[in-house]
Amino acid sequence: MKFKRIAITAICAFVAGSAIADKKATETTPDQDVQTYRDYFMKRFPGVPLEEYANGVYAIDKVSRDNWEALEEFPPYEPMVEDGETMWNTPFANGKTYGSCFNDDPAQRKNYPHWDDSRKTVVTLPMAVNECRTANGENPLKYKKGAMATLLAYMSYESRGQKIDVDIPNADALDAYNKGKQVYFARRGQFNFNCASCHMQSAGQKARADILSPGLGHTTGWPVYRSKWGELGTLHRRFGGCMKQMRAKDYKAQGEEFRNLEYFMTHMSQDLEFNGPSARK
Amino acid sequence: MAKKSIKIRAKLKGGVTTVKCLMNHPMETGLRKDKKTGEPIPAHFIQDVVAKHNDAEVMTAQWSGSVSKNPYVAFKFNGGAKGDAVSVAWTDNMGKSEMGSAKIK
Repeated sequence: MKFKRIAITAICAFVAGSAIADKKATETTPDQDVQTYRDYFMKRFPGVPLEEYANGVYAIDKVSRDNWEALEEFPPYEPMVEDGETMWNTPFANGKTYGSCFNDDPAQRKNYPHWDDSRKTVVTLPMAVNECRTANGENPLKYKKGAMATLLAYMSYESRGQKIDVDIPNADALDAYNKGKQVYFARRGQFNFNCASCHMQSAGQKARADILSPGLGHTTGWPVYRSKWGELGTLHRRFGGCMKQMRAKDYKAQGEEFRNLEYFMTHMSQDLEFNGPSARK
Repeated sequence: MAKKSIKIRAKLKGGVTTVKCLMNHPMETGLRKDKKTGEPIPAHFIQDVVAKHNDAEVMTAQWSGSVSKNPYVAFKFNGGAKGDAVSVAWTDNMGKSEMGSAKIK
C-alpha cells in the first residue's frame, strides 16, 4: 500500500509534466524529472547506492545477485567482445575501417544518444554504426541482434566506466525528450500497462518468476547477453520484446519512437556509468 | 588476441581445489533445422571431457547433445597446491579436440 501511494504520487508528478503540445507552467524540466526518478527509487530501495542501479535487478535482490556474480566470472558475452574487436579492426571493401567514422576510438558510449540539431533527430550509437557502414559502401546491419550486437559489445566494453551525460540543448531536443517520456508513460496493449507500471510502481515485485527491475539504470549495460535469448541483444530488441510481452504493438527498432524513448530513459540514468555488455536472466 | 577455446580458473581453498571452466562449442543436437533450407543441422557436440591435475586424471565426463552451447563446468578435487597445472581437454563427435590449462592460484 505504501509503495502504491509513493508510486502514484511520483508518477502523477511525472505525467503532469509530460503534456507535449501545451507548454503549461506545471511542465517539469528534464533535471527535475531526473531528480524525481532518482528520489523515487532511493526511497523505494533504501541502502542501494546510486551507482548500483546500473546492475539492474541484481542491485536489489541478493539471491539472483549471487548467481550473477558467479556467472560474471566467465561472462557469457566475452567471446562476442573478442569477435566485436575483430569486426572493428576488419576493413570494409573500400579499405577503410569503423575507426575512420569514430576517430579511431571504439569507446563511443558517452557520445550517444545525442540530439543532432542539423537533422532534428535523436542519433543513437547503432544508428551511427550503420551510417558509417552505408557511407563506406557496406550493407546496414539489422538492429536487434547478430553482427550489430557483437560490434556494440566490443564498443561498450571499451566504454566501460564512462558516465552517462545526455544533453538536451534546445526546444526541439526537449520536444524529442518529451515524446520519449510520453512513450514511457503511455498505457498500451491488452494489459493497459505503461513502462512505469512494472519498472516504477512494481519494481522489486515479481511478475510470474521474474523480479521486475527498477527503471533507474536501465540503459547502462547494453548490449545484453540474455540467458533467455542464449545470445546478445540490443536495447531496442528488448524495448520491442517487452512491449510484445505486454501484448502491445511494438515500434520499429531504431525508429523515431524508440530513439526518443532511449533519449528519455538514458537521461533518467544521468551520472550512472556505462557497464556494457552485461549478462541478464 | 587469439580466441581461447577453453577458459579455466583454478583456486585452492582449505585443501580443496575448485576448477571452473568455460568452453566455446556450438553443441548442436542434430535436431535443429536450418531455417532457410529446412535441412537438419548436423549434430556437433562434445562427447568426452578429461580434466587432469599434474598428469593425474581428476575428472572425466561423457556428454551428449543435451548440454547447451558454450558449456560451463565446475568441479572440485581434494589436494592440489599453488602453481600446479590443471588441464581440461575435450573431444567432440566429429573427432575434433581442444585443450586448455591453467595454474592453481
